[in-house]
Amino acid sequence: MTFVSSHAVAEEVVQETWIGVLEGIGRFEGRSSLKTWIFRILTNQAKTRGMRERRNSPFSPLGHSREEPEAPAVDPSLFHTSGYWVDHWNTLPRYWDDETPERLFLSKEGLAQIEKAMSALPPTQRQVMTLRDIEGLTAVDVCNILSIGETNQRVLLHRARSHVRRVLEKYFETGDSQI
Amino acid sequence: MTSNNLKNRMIDYLAGQLTCKAVTEAITDYLEGNLGFVEQVRFQMHLGFCRGCRRYLRQMRLMLRTFGTLPMEPIPPAVRNELLQRFRTWKARSQT
Repeated sequence: MTFVSSHAVAEEVVQETWIGVLEGIGRFEGRSSLKTWIFRILTNQAKTRGMRERRNSPFSPLGHSREEPEAPAVDPSLFHTSGYWVDHWNTLPRYWDDETPERLFLSKEGLAQIEKAMSALPPTQRQVMTLRDIEGLTAVDVCNILSIGETNQRVLLHRARSHVRRVLEKYFETGDSQI
Repeated sequence: MTSNNLKNRMIDYLAGQLTCKAVTEAITDYLEGNLGFVEQVRFQMHLGFCRGCRRYLRQMRLMLRTFGTLPMEPIPPAVRNELLQRFRTWKARSQT
């Protein structure tokens, strides 16, 4: 995920996680879902690994990248900037019909767009959005796994979703004409 | 005060203060069920009046729905083999 520097290390972490699951399954008490429990092992492995990596290299590959300064959910130029309608839309968002995102996601290029949008996110935003929206975990589970507070979780999720939506909308506007 | 007047003032109170920009910033709280009762009514009133925000919410919902059904990436054979190999070693070790 986002704790370690390379794909190879990430694979290694996943392998270790599965062994960890095998060894620990007897201690699984069913207090969380199995999925959450496995993610927690994965996260712990990755964090340990990330720390070890950082100790071994003079320049930390990830550093502790700071979260981006707060960006608005929507490009401010889409709103009226003055007058009675200030902060209301001056350019309406596009209408997406039921099939719009499906069409995007079914194409290779579309999937690549999503991946690009997600990987441009600051690490914790990416983690939260991946666990919530792709893996389908609950807010409580995600707070547990990442050891973050409820409010923080929501802020990170909000920024991540807003950013990804922006990227996708832009893609629909400039990209494939049949969408 | 006529009842019409009162009604308008109520609408103003509930819907008037919410801008579209504020809606886009509150949307996650809304989807997460984290808005208080009055805030939620205000949010929904705004949606009722505002096509732009309805579209915005719709985009968000469609995006999330699709994200939940993204196809899984297949495991590359090499990774899969290595994992199976590790399972076997682990099993052999734990049985001795």
